Amino acid sequence: MKNKWIAYPYIVWMILFTVVPILLVLFYSITFRDGLGITFTLENYKRFFDPVYIGVLVHSINLALISTAICLLLGYPMAMIIAKSPIGYRNMLILFFVIPMWMNFLLRTYAWMTLLERSGLINKFLASLNLPAFNIMYSNSAVVLGMVYNFLPFMVLPIYSVLIKIDKNLIEAAEDLGADGLKVFREVIFPLSLPGVVSGIIMVFMPAITTFVISRLLGGGQFTLIGNLIEQQFLVAGDWNFGSAISMLMLVLILLCSSVMGREDKDEGGVGLW
Amino acid sequence: MERNIIELRNVCKDFNGHRALNDVGFYVRKNEFITLLGPSGCGKTTTLRLIGGFEQVTSGEILFEGTDITSMPPYKRKVNTVFQKYALFPHMNVFDNISFGLKVKKMDKRLIEKKVKEMLSLVNLKGFEKRSINSLSGGQQQRIAIARALINEPEVLLLDEPLGALDLKLRKEMQIELKRMQQKLGITFIFVTHDQEEALTMSDKIIVMKDGKLQQLGTPEDIYNEPKNSFVADFIGESTIIDGIMHEDYLVEFAGRKFKCLDKGFMKKEKVDVVIRPEDIKVVPTREGMLTVTVESVIFKGVHYEMMVRSNKHVFKIHSTEMVHASQEAGIIIGPNDIHIMKKERVADEK
Repeated sequence: MKNKWIAYPYIVWMILFTVVPILLVLFYSITFRDGLGITFTLENYKRFFDPVYIGVLVHSINLALISTAICLLLGYPMAMIIAKSPIGYRNMLILFFVIPMWMNFLLRTYAWMTLLERSGLINKFLASLNLPAFNIMYSNSAVVLGMVYNFLPFMVLPIYSVLIKIDKNLIEAAEDLGADGLKVFREVIFPLSLPGVVSGIIMVFMPAITTFVISRLLGGGQFTLIGNLIEQQFLVAGDWNFGSAISMLMLVLILLCSSVMGREDKDEGGVGLW
Repeated sequence: MERNIIELRNVCKDFNGHRALNDVGFYVRKNEFITLLGPSGCGKTTTLRLIGGFEQVTSGEILFEGTDITSMPPYKRKVNTVFQKYALFPHMNVFDNISFGLKVKKMDKRLIEKKVKEMLSLVNLKGFEKRSINSLSGGQQQRIAIARALINEPEVLLLDEPLGALDLKLRKEMQIELKRMQQKLGITFIFVTHDQEEALTMSDKIIVMKDGKLQQLGTPEDIYNEPKNSFVADFIGESTIIDGIMHEDYLVEFAGRKFKCLDKGFMKKEKVDVVIRPEDIKVVPTREGMLTVTVESVIFKGVHYEMMVRSNKHVFKIHSTEMVHASQEAGIIIGPNDIHIMKKERVADEK
């Protein structure tokens, strides 16, 4: 290919900000530093396989899975509705989805805090109607709500972009062969939209499993997720070696997940992560 | 007495205020091979889609064996369609594509397998069950699309320019094969094409359309030999169309000379279109001809030569096995049989 040099800034960028940091993290994770100097060890990894930490991991996976599932259940019908709307209307709906993303992620999460608080807007409204207060702040439900709210567009958009490309003739062909609406969806539309579903799941699951902001703000710190654990090791405990080891384990876990999903995807010519 | 299997009555169809079909009415008899023929944008595909149920009529009605199916959804109609771009399901293999319709009807598995086998041998693709759609050539995909429609044993098969994407040789083969299948299975075919030769080769009946209006309905011979207006004449086969004046019954004047013809029933001195097929003009030595012409161009076409010849202001197209060199003189003879007289379409009707 000509103009190879156009890619050079990107390659430099990738090396500086992705490859080098990952290698550093790897280095920290397999070393231990004491007064005598640096020794190589797998002790950091061993430490993670403690029931307490495994519990944190299971809890994180659980919440991420629940959020991903809710995103899929909400996002798929939304994507279908958008894809079926007339073009002008469609762009407006997409815009509505994208506009909140222009706002800072932290701000949006703080906004939920003020909504959900004991004396927040929702409870004030309920109180004015003499209804019982609604307390989900600092619970798993609040964390899941925050994840679903923040990550839903990452589910809707990939599914939408696949749905919009499905050849209308295929749907007509299925109807022609005697399939009613439900069967057309089950046999044709859904299977053909799988690449979008797969990338949607990956794009929601990955940030959901590693988030520490949502769990800290809406979970109130008592529900530690794997992201908070890593954050604590670096910022509170100052144990960079253990923090790095957990990060590497997460990296491997995520790569494994997405490669399994990506394989599903490959036959359809979709884009997997590798 | 043959039955009418499909009948359209006064069908109109608008798209965003644009009239795509204007008062179209015709019927199709059982086991007929009928072709909708016309240039692109003439409404032939719209007509087919209305019969398939993919579009709804603006007004008028569509009958299937005498019952009104105008607002019946496609999946309830006893017709199946072969789509222009085949529309095979890319996520299924050949077997799953062909068996789709039967699986939807929850037919017994073993019976489905048997029927798919039969269909594959009908379309000459034995043993292709496990192949993926993407590994097939255009011609093979075409056959699978036909098999997928035919396995449902539809009363009527709709074909939307199914041969358009194939190369010439393959297209000729498929034309013969489609005709063979239609005769063997006794299914009514409604075929859409813009290729007049294809229409003439395959059809029992041809419907010529233009600008959403039906122009002529008849057998290929009728349409070729007795085109109803100059549009049909021009569209079906090549022809020379020139202005003429009808002097009396059986006598027409054009190109500065009076000719005997077989047409009558025109007003005295009525202006008419005279249509002459290029193969109907005989080339003879100058002094034997009815008209003396100068040859303007000669093109070798394989079986014949195509010559453009001029007599005063009038240019004729001639197909002949005899060749006259360019810029030489020759005579031409046009027999009464070969002159087709058509009423002038009033300009007011056009727009």
